[in-house]
Amino acid sequence: MGYPHQPHQRETTVLSRYFGDAEARTLAGWKNRGGYQALEKALAMAPADIVNVVKESGLRGRGGAGFPTGMKWSFMKPGDGKPHYLCCNADESEPGTFKDRELMRWTPHALVEGCAIGAYAIGAETAYIYIRGEFTEPLHWMNEAVKEAYAAGIIGRNAMGTGKRIDVHVHKGAGAYICGEETALMNSLEGRRGNPRIKPPFPAVSGVFGMPTTINNVETLIAAIPILMNGADWYRKMSLSNPKSTGTKLYSVCGNIERPGTYEVVMGFPFRDFLYDVCGGPLPGRKFKAVIPGGVSVPIQSMEEAEATLMDYEGFVAQGSMLGSGGVILIDDAQSMVAVIARIARFFAHESCAQCTQCREGTAWTTKILERIRDGQGTTEDLDTLLDIAEQMTGKTICVLSDSCATPVVSGIKKFGREFEALIQGRTYVSVMEAVA
Amino acid sequence: MPPAPETMGGPESPDYASHDHAAHAPYEPVFVAGSASRRELDELIPRYPQKMAALLPALWIVQRERGWVSNEGMAEVAALLELTPAYVKGVVTFYTMYHQHPVGKYFIQVCTTSPCGICGAEDVVKAFVRHTNTGELGVTSADGRFTVIEVECLGACGFATPVMINEEFIESVTPAKVPNILAALK
Repeated sequence: MGYPHQPHQRETTVLSRYFGDAEARTLAGWKNRGGYQALEKALAMAPADIVNVVKESGLRGRGGAGFPTGMKWSFMKPGDGKPHYLCCNADESEPGTFKDRELMRWTPHALVEGCAIGAYAIGAETAYIYIRGEFTEPLHWMNEAVKEAYAAGIIGRNAMGTGKRIDVHVHKGAGAYICGEETALMNSLEGRRGNPRIKPPFPAVSGVFGMPTTINNVETLIAAIPILMNGADWYRKMSLSNPKSTGTKLYSVCGNIERPGTYEVVMGFPFRDFLYDVCGGPLPGRKFKAVIPGGVSVPIQSMEEAEATLMDYEGFVAQGSMLGSGGVILIDDAQSMVAVIARIARFFAHESCAQCTQCREGTAWTTKILERIRDGQGTTEDLDTLLDIAEQMTGKTICVLSDSCATPVVSGIKKFGREFEALIQGRTYVSVMEAVA
Repeated sequence: MPPAPETMGGPESPDYASHDHAAHAPYEPVFVAGSASRRELDELIPRYPQKMAALLPALWIVQRERGWVSNEGMAEVAALLELTPAYVKGVVTFYTMYHQHPVGKYFIQVCTTSPCGICGAEDVVKAFVRHTNTGELGVTSADGRFTVIEVECLGACGFATPVMINEEFIESVTPAKVPNILAALK
């Protein structure tokens, strides 16, 4: 639902149904709402059958990359004699994204259940939920839920009396955006600096503690619950556009918009209706100028692109961006695009782990130039320099933080170049907007 | 001659390390045998196949008990987890949430990353600095009560501007709300 607002009639609330319902947080409340039935069902199935159901549902990773979940699970080879691990990525730190925060603080038992199902499906006896340290409220509710689930015998040595062992542990991060990158998360969990690792080896071969590991986003794991309860066909049919994008998706909506919040719609929903109808449109007297639809790492969309978008993995790509993490940031006509992009670059400069030269130097250098342009001190060569640095930062580093910093710069210059040029020529962006109007 | 290439100095984060904290009290170990903290750590270690994985949780306990993570605290954790103090320091310095110096009784973090930035977060920061009498970011007020810093994305962008005061998370803060928020702190 459009928490903290009333659900909109055009939403399809599967995962967000209990947002704002404090009773759903407790074990008793969760069970009253049908909780842990999916786990009970899963534990009676063969792990390979669970993987097949998830494969057939078309569920894809909700953390940003959109990799098919069932296929990811199938990379975990049973009977290899090694301990397997499930890591739940709850380090949600992509600016603009706060859907996992709502999932964890309103339905913590759903994540315990999703983790237990995922762990059993991949042959793991242990699941770690890595939650960013700033999420004090989600951490509190997750710790309570895990404690309750252990006390009730739902997880532990003898999960739901089936003789199967499933441990779920909450691990608190300590402030580092990069720990949302899966290999950095594993390093951090092991008690190391959160530097990303070179792939291969991929986590399914050598992950956390050197053992086969699967890493899934919070929303992905929770989505396994309704899939098991209602079947793969039911899930696959929730698709309004491309059949490769199925189910519902949570979007965190923020920035200059009338009703910011967390919304859930079926894949393929028209972005135009979403922004202007479901989320209430721009603030009074304002117009949208741009939208970043999937967290600050994805290309910025012009409103023309956004209004032509169908909201699924392919739909955002077709209109010059990506679905990413579903963190939708609206930027209105009162904002300077240069200032917005400079602030994004500063974020990446702060969060670079400094392992790769292109990223360590590139993010800082980009920030310096952008802030110079913002402050009216830019030169005509600066735009070329920015694009040149961006090219050197793309596809050349261990992880994609470097690429993520280059992306808004390149798309911003391409789509809003006039604002950059105006500032360089000593005018403000406002005078450009007036000239356009 | 073309102009010299741009030098690559990074944007600097506020340095709340800069004042003199030499006068702090001698270190008291946190994980004394029989203490609640020691029991907590002993329960944590078996959750992981390697002892080292208990490092972040152990550092969190030190910070909870002592308010910050000193070199002595790092050495204590290192000995318990069979690591070197230098290794532990390397880990501590990677993460922004471990305080490597004492901070005010109330550590106030205001999110100013882009989504909050375009909703007026800068004005919230200014209001906190003004009403806490800290004068500037990263500096502890003379009475030792407050330290205010800007923080990167707190992950509550729909509730701009989110502010964390110690472990408490406050949503939708505006400059007008700041005096009341501060007055509610004991």
